[in-house]
Amino acid sequence: MIAILKYNSGNTMSVQVALRRLGHDSVVTSDPEILLKSDRVIIPGVGEARSAMSHLRERDLDSLILSLKQPVLGICLGLQLMCSRSEENNTECLGIFDAVVRRFPPEERVPHIGWNNFESLSSSPLLKGLEPDDDLYYVHSYYAELNSDTKAVCRYILPFSAAMQRDNFHAVQFHPEKSAEAGDRLLINFLEL
Amino acid sequence: MLKKRIIPCLDIKDGRTVKGISFVNLRDAGDPVELARAYAEQSADELVFLDISATDERRKTLAPLVKKIAEAINIPFTVGGGITTREDVSMLIRSGADKVSVNTAAILNPPLIAELADEYGSQCVVVAIDAKLVDGTWVVCTHGGKRVTTLPAITWARESERLGAGEILLTSVNRDGSGEGFSLDITSAVCNCVNIPVIASGGAGSPEHFREVFAETGCTAALAATLFHYGIIKIPELKKYLLHNNIDIRC
Repeated sequence: MIAILKYNSGNTMSVQVALRRLGHDSVVTSDPEILLKSDRVIIPGVGEARSAMSHLRERDLDSLILSLKQPVLGICLGLQLMCSRSEENNTECLGIFDAVVRRFPPEERVPHIGWNNFESLSSSPLLKGLEPDDDLYYVHSYYAELNSDTKAVCRYILPFSAAMQRDNFHAVQFHPEKSAEAGDRLLINFLEL
Repeated sequence: MLKKRIIPCLDIKDGRTVKGISFVNLRDAGDPVELARAYAEQSADELVFLDISATDERRKTLAPLVKKIAEAINIPFTVGGGITTREDVSMLIRSGADKVSVNTAAILNPPLIAELADEYGSQCVVVAIDAKLVDGTWVVCTHGGKRVTTLPAITWARESERLGAGEILLTSVNRDGSGEGFSLDITSAVCNCVNIPVIASGGAGSPEHFREVFAETGCTAALAATLFHYGIIKIPELKKYLLHNNIDIRC
């Protein structure tokens, strides 16, 4: 079973719908028992870091996420919450990735909205079949710095982590559920890990 | 490199696509879901659905329709038209819309923008500005471009950004439906006065018009309706043209 973490974030439904389009049922839940038992956990997200982290902490979902052993995929805000800290309202995050989440320089056009390709792409099971020229859909004002777990780099104003992986934790800044065929490819890869 | 976006706009009335369309192989040309799917397959980068239903029936038809669209396509889409309350927005987001666009309601009640941005994030909130050139000044129109205000478009664009809009959808009322090309001057002026992305709209009549608006203004997306519906320009061909003319585009 695929579990989509339910928390105070906007787009749980579009992830569920995308999985259904690919022929997979999923459940949107914050039930620890179901999350622990599921084969895959997706942490989606559109929202604000501080309120999202408080929401997770109040429900002990932060420690639960850290204890997960199955493949986990963070999307957009989900990726940012898996970093050590976010400049968005100066928020301590989950600390899975040793990276700080920063705001794009204010003098540039922000949010970064639209389709962007990769500046570089290392081989990783999650990114299998994706090419540097493939465009994926981004909507964000904050980005994760490059770090030792960065698997794909995107450039907008500056280079940032488009995809990261550490052990069973995977994360992407773009929205695979809204990224046409390339996004479908990534979701299928995640389900096949 | 961030690509310039090509966005077809679909007018919806009582759950049906209004304008005639020229897609072949569509079983039901009036079915927004089928049309949305066709556009997505043609590599449209995003879709905008504008509900022009005038009656209270719209609520009954729009939510289930948005849900069906979300299930059918794998690209982002915005829903707008007649949104006046947070409840309207909540219903649309819960049904699967990625963004909503607000127009008249935001002008009549500017704090609505901030409320929506706080609740759903700026990335969900597109402020649609219908601008008309009146006596040498671009002013904002309401009610689908029918009523002219004295509010300068530039002032309203800045204010929308300050209140938390994530994007501006700027339509030139003067050029809308004319096929004479986008209004480059107001598009440029709005792009220069805000730091959020601007979608240019109104007046597209040829591939050259898209090249021009991308090359000569700071807009990051361009929207058109008629042109695509009637197949005057096919999106893949438009994209090829733009790519050939050094505009960064997703193909």
